Amino acid sequence: MAKTETVPVFVPGIGVDWRQAAIVTILLGLLAVFIVLPIARVLWVSLSDGEGGVTLVHFANFFRRPLFRESLWNSLVAGVLVVFFGSLIAVPLAYLSVRYDFKGKILVNTLATLPLVIPPFVGAVALQLILGRSGAVNLLLMRWFDTSIPFMEGLTGVVLVQTLHFFPFIMLNTAVSLSNIDPSLEEVAQNMGSHGLRLFRRITLPLMLPGFIAGCLLTFIRAVDDLGTPLMLNYKNLLAPQAYLRITTIGIDDVDGYVICVILVVISLGSLVLARKYLSLSEYATVHQGAAVARPVAGMKRVAILSFCALVLGVSLLPHIGIVILSFAKVWSFSLLPTAYTLDNFTEILFRAPHFVKNTLLYTGIAAAVDVFLGAIIAFLLIRSRIWGRNLLDAIATLPIAIPGVVLAVGYLRVFHGWDFPGLGAPLTSTWIILVVAYTVRRLPYTVRASYAALQQVHVSLEESAQNLGANRLRTFVKITLPLISGGLVAGGLIAFMTNCVELSSTIMLVPRIESGPISYGIYLYMQSPLGRAAGAALGVVAIVLVSVGTYLTYRVFGGRTGSAFRL
Amino acid sequence: MAAGHVRLENIGKRYGELWAVRHIDLEIATGEFYTLLGPSGCGKTTLLRTIAGFVAPDEGAVFLDGQSVNRLPPWKRNLGMVFQNYALWPHMTVFENVAFGLKERKVPRREIEPRVLQALEQVGLKGTERRRPSQLSGGQQQRVALARTLVIQPRVLLLDEPLSNLDAKLRQEMRLELLTLQRDIGLTTIYVTHDQEEALALSTRIAVMNLGKIIQEGKPREIYESPGDRFVAAFVGKSNFFSGTIIRSLDGHLEIQTEEGFMIKAASPPGYKSAGDARKVLFYVRPEAIDLVEPASQPPNVNQITGRVAASAYQGSLVEYEIESAGRIIRANDTNPKGKPLFQRGDEATITFAPEDVGIVSE
Repeated sequence: MAKTETVPVFVPGIGVDWRQAAIVTILLGLLAVFIVLPIARVLWVSLSDGEGGVTLVHFANFFRRPLFRESLWNSLVAGVLVVFFGSLIAVPLAYLSVRYDFKGKILVNTLATLPLVIPPFVGAVALQLILGRSGAVNLLLMRWFDTSIPFMEGLTGVVLVQTLHFFPFIMLNTAVSLSNIDPSLEEVAQNMGSHGLRLFRRITLPLMLPGFIAGCLLTFIRAVDDLGTPLMLNYKNLLAPQAYLRITTIGIDDVDGYVICVILVVISLGSLVLARKYLSLSEYATVHQGAAVARPVAGMKRVAILSFCALVLGVSLLPHIGIVILSFAKVWSFSLLPTAYTLDNFTEILFRAPHFVKNTLLYTGIAAAVDVFLGAIIAFLLIRSRIWGRNLLDAIATLPIAIPGVVLAVGYLRVFHGWDFPGLGAPLTSTWIILVVAYTVRRLPYTVRASYAALQQVHVSLEESAQNLGANRLRTFVKITLPLISGGLVAGGLIAFMTNCVELSSTIMLVPRIESGPISYGIYLYMQSPLGRAAGAALGVVAIVLVSVGTYLTYRVFGGRTGSAFRL
Repeated sequence: MAAGHVRLENIGKRYGELWAVRHIDLEIATGEFYTLLGPSGCGKTTLLRTIAGFVAPDEGAVFLDGQSVNRLPPWKRNLGMVFQNYALWPHMTVFENVAFGLKERKVPRREIEPRVLQALEQVGLKGTERRRPSQLSGGQQQRVALARTLVIQPRVLLLDEPLSNLDAKLRQEMRLELLTLQRDIGLTTIYVTHDQEEALALSTRIAVMNLGKIIQEGKPREIYESPGDRFVAAFVGKSNFFSGTIIRSLDGHLEIQTEEGFMIKAASPPGYKSAGDARKVLFYVRPEAIDLVEPASQPPNVNQITGRVAASAYQGSLVEYEIESAGRIIRANDTNPKGKPLFQRGDEATITFAPEDVGIVSE
């Protein structure tokens, strides 16, 4: 028999790469089970007439109930108001920090991202102690003016807390857009005779809109999705708490809960599609030729700028201050400040009930690692391969951005409850694994984005020259690609980690047992009783520390481009 | 004074401890095409931006049509600037881009459209009004930027390396178009470039800059044919430099012995006074002034150096040679080589040049 030599032929762009095809198939399968299936089930329950047919009667019933109509209206109004007030704070801050140079700017930039490190529901509790009916401010008002202002009552309180928490999203995105504007675009307008407010309206504003809109969208979706804040403030006439209440009190089979879930998804997806449509229309390739030079400011102007920043940031840091004070409080009620201080609260959560902190580190650690792994693979397939199905992969992996945590949780309960998961011998929802799955899915879009952005910076010729010098594809990936994108991967992982540390809306529905709960769940539990509040605050401080460390590390890795990780 | 007159008086701009430009005096008459030529970092763009008003000078003053404009912001100077990257606004159509300056000037609505269309026609872009800048090629974007500037009828046109982002062929085309357009309109133009060929081709006058100073100012031929110093001779065109000692001067000629030992005969520069011989001089010979001949074809004569061909690059319209002799490389260009035998690497060859082609730059 003649000895035949097989020469591996590599023809780029022709035929199917079977290894890539296998990876895509496996990924699509995973995403189908953990993203598409739960959402589809929720949709199906809301549309099913119970006999295999499709009906809209459940939706009709939804709109017939005044409570639901009010909740829908409230959710939309709250979302819009949060975006509106958030923009009032965020846009001037972004403009000042990008365009002006003044002493104290670093402090302003740092403080402006701090609201992101406190979970909104934790901030809600703290704000109630300061601005609530019997909070410090109203106590003073009562004492001096015999009046009180209901800052924290009803929808006002929800909007206030969410505005203070979410405005950094708008600020970070707007700032990125602003600093990406090529300075010559404004200079040429000045050269043509334009300046001041006119210049801002005709050139600067339209050019920074993409970032601004992205920030508004994220804020809107997050605000509508937020379950913790209304629960903590005990204001239930919003969609998210309504869905939660239907499913947890009436039961897993209550159709109304599913209908609300579908409406939540429609709102998120709808706003996402609208924003995308607008963004793609105005996708400006602003050539970045060196950063715009920030104008130095001193004297009275600087005082004015700093006063504005101090006012805004002072208010937005109230929750942090409140929560720290509360965590050391022995007794704090109907008084300006706690009447006695103690370290007991930290002893409680670190030694008597340490599982909350331990669980959080375990779950978010695993979820972040899996997210980084999946995100890197998906980004690689998106950019470097021409394989069929990669765009579908991208669409599904990005979908969780628009899926409220409550909805995902309800879907998981519906799909996995009572189904002994293969290899587990028990339903997935009866173990803590379901929390890791939920965390992984919810933050996957972040790591995909971060890896995608990082990989885009790596020109394919860097890889080709390695292959040309004899490195095979795996070695090229390990030796060239991976080191170059590691910054983006780590940053994406850190963002997944720290946002999961304070995830509540799916956690609260999916925790199988109290001892499997993470920090956010612990805080929620402690906050239920006035006596446990201080311990809950101590847990909140731990969460803040975790997220702060994460944010700091992200800045170290990502530098000034951290904002881009929160983009669409 | 006619509109479009520019004068800089002792302009200086400092970044930190470093002077980007200093002690700059220049005067540009109406209708001139004045080029600031120099390597990157020489301060030419800073100077242009000072005139436009984007850079506030630390010293000196800018005068437009006799008036100091130091306190005038960019939007009140009525100067048209074209940026290196064109700086077309991506959120506006071509029409809106060009109409922008007219709207800022509160030009009546019914006048805007014909003027925009006329400006676009002027640059050969009729029919692109509705497109977005991103849908245009580099050359077209360049023309839009030009139309946008011309339409406002600025006092002076400021061009910051406008051709540097185009490919070589397009650059040559645009160069000619720009030349015709500017001469037709008669608009005072200040042009910044590091491309000496561009500067020579376009300008009525050139200022060669280096390290924040103007080294030499003059018409293109003066700059190229009588560079004032080594920098100008090297930056504008190519040059073979030699240093040597004047052995003697004789009826309009100098005899120079170079450090390599070559004996060179040079035409005395105008106004040369033989202030004692044995002086050190630096001189140059342009590659295109040097001819290559067979080594044995002539007895050693005036300004002949024999060496070995170290490199030979045939380029169609010319052949570039590098000849090695006495341990140094001499560049020679054989123009119009059609039909002539070519020298190959390793061949012996003799170079020869006329005494008039020896340029003395400093002593």
